[in-house]
Amino acid sequence: MYEFNYHKPASLADAAKLLAGEEVKLVAGGMTLVPTLKQRLAKPSDLVDLAAIGGLKGIKEEGGGVTIGAMARHAEVNRSADVKRLIPALAALAGMIGDPAVRNRGTIGGSVSNNDPAADYPAALVGLGATVVTTKREVPAEQFFTGMFETALGQEEIVTAVKFPKPQAAAYQKFKNPASRYAIVGVFVAKTAGGVRVAVTGAGPCVFRVPAMEAALGKSFSADAIKDIAIPDSGLNSDIHASAEYRAHLVNVMARRAVAACA
Amino acid sequence: MQKTVSLTVNGKPVSATVEGRTLLVQLLRETLGLTGTHVGCDTSQCGACVVHVDGEAVKSCTLLAVQAEGRAIKTIEDVADGDTLHPMQEAFRDNHALQCGFCTPGMIMSALDLVKNNPDPSDREIREYLEGNLCRCTGYHNIVLAIKAGAAAMRGAPTKSQGAAAE
Amino acid sequence: MAEIGTPVRRREDYRFLTGQGTYTDDINRPGQLYAYILRSPHAHARITGLDTGAAAKTAGVTAVFTGKDLADAGVGGLPCGWQIHSKDGSPMQEPPHPVLALDRVRHVGDPIAVVIADTLGHARDASELIKIDYAVEPAITNASEALKPGAPLVFAEVPGNVCYDWHLGDPAAVDAALKSATRVVKLDLTNNRLVPNAMEPRAAIGDFDRATGEHTLFTTSQNPHVIRLLMGAFVLHIPEAKLRVVAPDVGGGFGSKIYHYAEEAIVTWAAAKLRKPVKWTADRVESFMSDAHGRDHATHVELGLDAQNKFVALKVSTVANMGAYLSTFATCVPTYLYATLLAGTYTTPVIYAEVKAVFTNTVPVDAYRGAGRPEATFLVERIVDLAADELGVDPAELRRKNFIPKDAYPYQTPVALQYDSGDYFSTLDLATKASDYAGFEARRAEAALRGKLRGIGIATYIEACGIAPSAVVGSLGARAGLFEAAAVRVHPTGSVTILTGSHSHGQGHETTFAQLVADGLGIPMESIEIVHGDTAKIPYGMGTYGSRSLAVGGTAIIKAMDKIIAKGKKIAAHLLEAAEADIEFKDGNFSVAGTDRSKSFGEIALTAYVPHNFPHEELEPGLDETAFYDPKNFTFPSGAYVAEVEIDPDTGTLEICSFNASDDFGRIINPMIVAGQVHGGLAQGIGQALLENCVYDQATGQLLTASYNDYAMPRADDLPHFALSTHATLCTHNPLGGKGCGEAGAIGAPAAISNAIVDALKPVGVRHVEMPATPEKLWRAIHQHKAAA
Repeated sequence: MYEFNYHKPASLADAAKLLAGEEVKLVAGGMTLVPTLKQRLAKPSDLVDLAAIGGLKGIKEEGGGVTIGAMARHAEVNRSADVKRLIPALAALAGMIGDPAVRNRGTIGGSVSNNDPAADYPAALVGLGATVVTTKREVPAEQFFTGMFETALGQEEIVTAVKFPKPQAAAYQKFKNPASRYAIVGVFVAKTAGGVRVAVTGAGPCVFRVPAMEAALGKSFSADAIKDIAIPDSGLNSDIHASAEYRAHLVNVMARRAVAACA
Repeated sequence: MQKTVSLTVNGKPVSATVEGRTLLVQLLRETLGLTGTHVGCDTSQCGACVVHVDGEAVKSCTLLAVQAEGRAIKTIEDVADGDTLHPMQEAFRDNHALQCGFCTPGMIMSALDLVKNNPDPSDREIREYLEGNLCRCTGYHNIVLAIKAGAAAMRGAPTKSQGAAAE
Repeated sequence: MAEIGTPVRRREDYRFLTGQGTYTDDINRPGQLYAYILRSPHAHARITGLDTGAAAKTAGVTAVFTGKDLADAGVGGLPCGWQIHSKDGSPMQEPPHPVLALDRVRHVGDPIAVVIADTLGHARDASELIKIDYAVEPAITNASEALKPGAPLVFAEVPGNVCYDWHLGDPAAVDAALKSATRVVKLDLTNNRLVPNAMEPRAAIGDFDRATGEHTLFTTSQNPHVIRLLMGAFVLHIPEAKLRVVAPDVGGGFGSKIYHYAEEAIVTWAAAKLRKPVKWTADRVESFMSDAHGRDHATHVELGLDAQNKFVALKVSTVANMGAYLSTFATCVPTYLYATLLAGTYTTPVIYAEVKAVFTNTVPVDAYRGAGRPEATFLVERIVDLAADELGVDPAELRRKNFIPKDAYPYQTPVALQYDSGDYFSTLDLATKASDYAGFEARRAEAALRGKLRGIGIATYIEACGIAPSAVVGSLGARAGLFEAAAVRVHPTGSVTILTGSHSHGQGHETTFAQLVADGLGIPMESIEIVHGDTAKIPYGMGTYGSRSLAVGGTAIIKAMDKIIAKGKKIAAHLLEAAEADIEFKDGNFSVAGTDRSKSFGEIALTAYVPHNFPHEELEPGLDETAFYDPKNFTFPSGAYVAEVEIDPDTGTLEICSFNASDDFGRIINPMIVAGQVHGGLAQGIGQALLENCVYDQATGQLLTASYNDYAMPRADDLPHFALSTHATLCTHNPLGGKGCGEAGAIGAPAAISNAIVDALKPVGVRHVEMPATPEKLWRAIHQHKAAA
């Protein structure tokens, strides 16, 4: 790890000010950032720790859905009675991230801001039509995740919470990378008032929706309805763990299983 | 940039001057001489470094020492009661759940975290919980038996003597 | 008092369970500096410029050394311990293996320079200021490709990248037998490259005592005396008397910690040069790039059968990847630890094997758990299963038909080895019964109803362990003897220290050996201390590998105990005023035969050290004996494994439904420890079959699997509970009858799993699936069949 200056501001305003500098990184749980730093893959001048800032931690029922503070850890979301009651698929998804010790530190805000193409949360946010709350605005999830490790966040903008509406039914199916246990393919399916949403992580450079499946499921919400909807493999990730062709195939299988799990 | 960090380690208040980049595991091993916590990888997967931070299992190789400011840390050195092994440690011994011993401290700290949240875990739950702890010696077979037996002992349930020796 | 055969709980556990183990990285020496090793980012390049000036001037840095500094100081290259001769009688190509690269780097991770500083952070910071100009050259990582004309050369002086082109057996006899065979079954297969991945990364600390001139190396080694010999004699030119090597608690080895590595020489040399202790600890990425890898064979095999389905000949042609340099024992692995095992458990009368060992731009390859024997077992058991499939006969029956009969021992194979004992029928019976082999088809049908493909697979194995008779290995090219040493030091009050040259890094020697000694001397376990891992304490030792600790190291202890008992009898005869020949030793007592007159072990010990009334002309005081034991033959553990798997055709995901292992390890001292060894071996074997794969980018030579994000280690939820059984036939040439158990699981499991997979995929016409059988490979096999149909 390269040496850096460490800051632990007490307010979001102070944190935002620190972000104005060059090469400044935020750290929430640090589960992605610290290993990255250890391997000297990043060289920030300053690290701004969000741990001391109040008001970023809670999970609460709000407007019929759930609002999760950016510093809420995966283990907390996984065990939250509110999340389990209102969006059990989201609680289950949080319990599939990393491993137990990682879930005890990793946060939703960190995961969402990092936007790893194989992370689980982006599928839930896009699948449920969630809204990302930042220090400056509220952004619909689909507009928030803009590309591989890219988000709509501005330089001095910090994620403070994520608002999830309650779906009628939802499920997440994850096909894990046998080594890293990230998603080779993860599919989140949600039946919402505004229609069915199918969001895919792991398969492409960034989370994406599958309109053809959504339309078919809108007509008939059954695994069979999407059986023949193939995902084109062009543009999908291809690496030593899975080819694009296999990922495309898994999207269909995982989507069908998620639909079945919604029942 | 040097920083002073104050925390509680195994029940005792500790202060140390560290670099920003110093990891908690480096503070434990190098500054405090608590070498029971090990480092087996760089990518937060092997779990040899698991300690408890405020009662929860955390990978001490993935936490900066400065992030542990004000926290209570418990390491493998503080699990036994004097010379008497904790029931989970005893279960590991009785079930031959360790060979080279390198992953063992992390395994025990993780096992205690599991049992705290799930006092009577099934085999499947134990295996899934150990996703973040690698062992290259035991094939996990006896670790699963040990955690089951350790959990039973911690609940005060009557235990079968053990499984490993019978096979 | 019968400790042997009982599951005594391990004496070493307390320190490990409480965080009190002392691994190399736990050791810190006063005034210690830290070494960071700068490694090549390129698979193959000439170094055209190297400037360490800026790095050396960085805050905290004590020194920067390069290959030139070491060469100027007379530091030698890393030696290879086994010379193989090619078919034409020429010795193998043995190009230099410098401790730090000189003008060329040959694999990603090849060490170039070492920065020594007050902290590891400072050393690594400074390493980034070292300026290196590389002229990148084409790299070759696949051994078969490296043999093709025009392939890039790893060494200009090694034509065609061939280290040796070796063979064993009579090619004409094999060709004739194959010609007259009723059926010849053929298969091409690879044995995937693995990374051993002991959980403790390698580490080394060099120290130098100015007062005595003694060098000390603390290192993560399975054989500290071997390191002392190789490093002292060949690399640093330090006499043994001035070089101490300590291997304290070691966090797993699996072969990867046998070898003498560059970093050990670097810290030992630098500590003497700088007059300060120097510590180096690998991180995991470094481990992937610098620990010797395992396996990596590509093989064509042909098995001939006659009309009665008896095997008549086996012909094997293998390309073995050596990596960029010859690691310590690399050359014997694909030859004498491999081709000599190709008879397996069968009576195949003629066998021919040819092996081309090839240099590539990859990390050196050497012995990894099983070493050659897993590769032999995998191909023999795959081709036998394929033969059963082609013949439409039951694979268990085909095996029984060709097993070496129970009354055929000693059995001389056509590939040099003579098996002393075995019973392959009984272990196969145990494993097939335990797995309800007979009832399998009903389970396959039931799984099919659920849309799953279920299969069952058998593998039998034999291994040559108890390595090794020095005369035999010497005649085959070994540059070392492979005996073992032990000392039994009886103290005046009757407690005993055992000094063993075997090294425990998870095997539980402190318990198993104490059981041996407790029974042998008739004293309680608490009176016995087992000491290992320090050349300053132990008389000598060849270390632990090849499942040799009990069969060779344990026998050395017994031989030393025999000497203690012999001397004790002399002392007892004197004290009891009887003839030495009349003294019997039993249960810790020396007695005059046929009388009630006796002396306890403790009384004899005390007398030995308080020799007030001693016949000094006939008897020396003291009770301290050393023995060196050189085995007469290898030992031959064997067994049968049955795996049952279920595959989800939608995703290719595989579940292991059951795994039954039945082994013949000869006499078992501690069944609990033996079961643990089998579990661990099975996990590594299953890991090879399903998960683990070391992958290089063919174009750039980059190592793509350099962390646990990309190299899939077996986790708890990947593995089943294992069901074990044993059936013992005793080894005939050591006093224990023990054969060794450490490698069995890793040897037998890959073929058992692979055979189960191919059986499951039989309905879709699959003949072979390469390891690791990942979900994508399995899905593709099923999918392609569907597409073709």
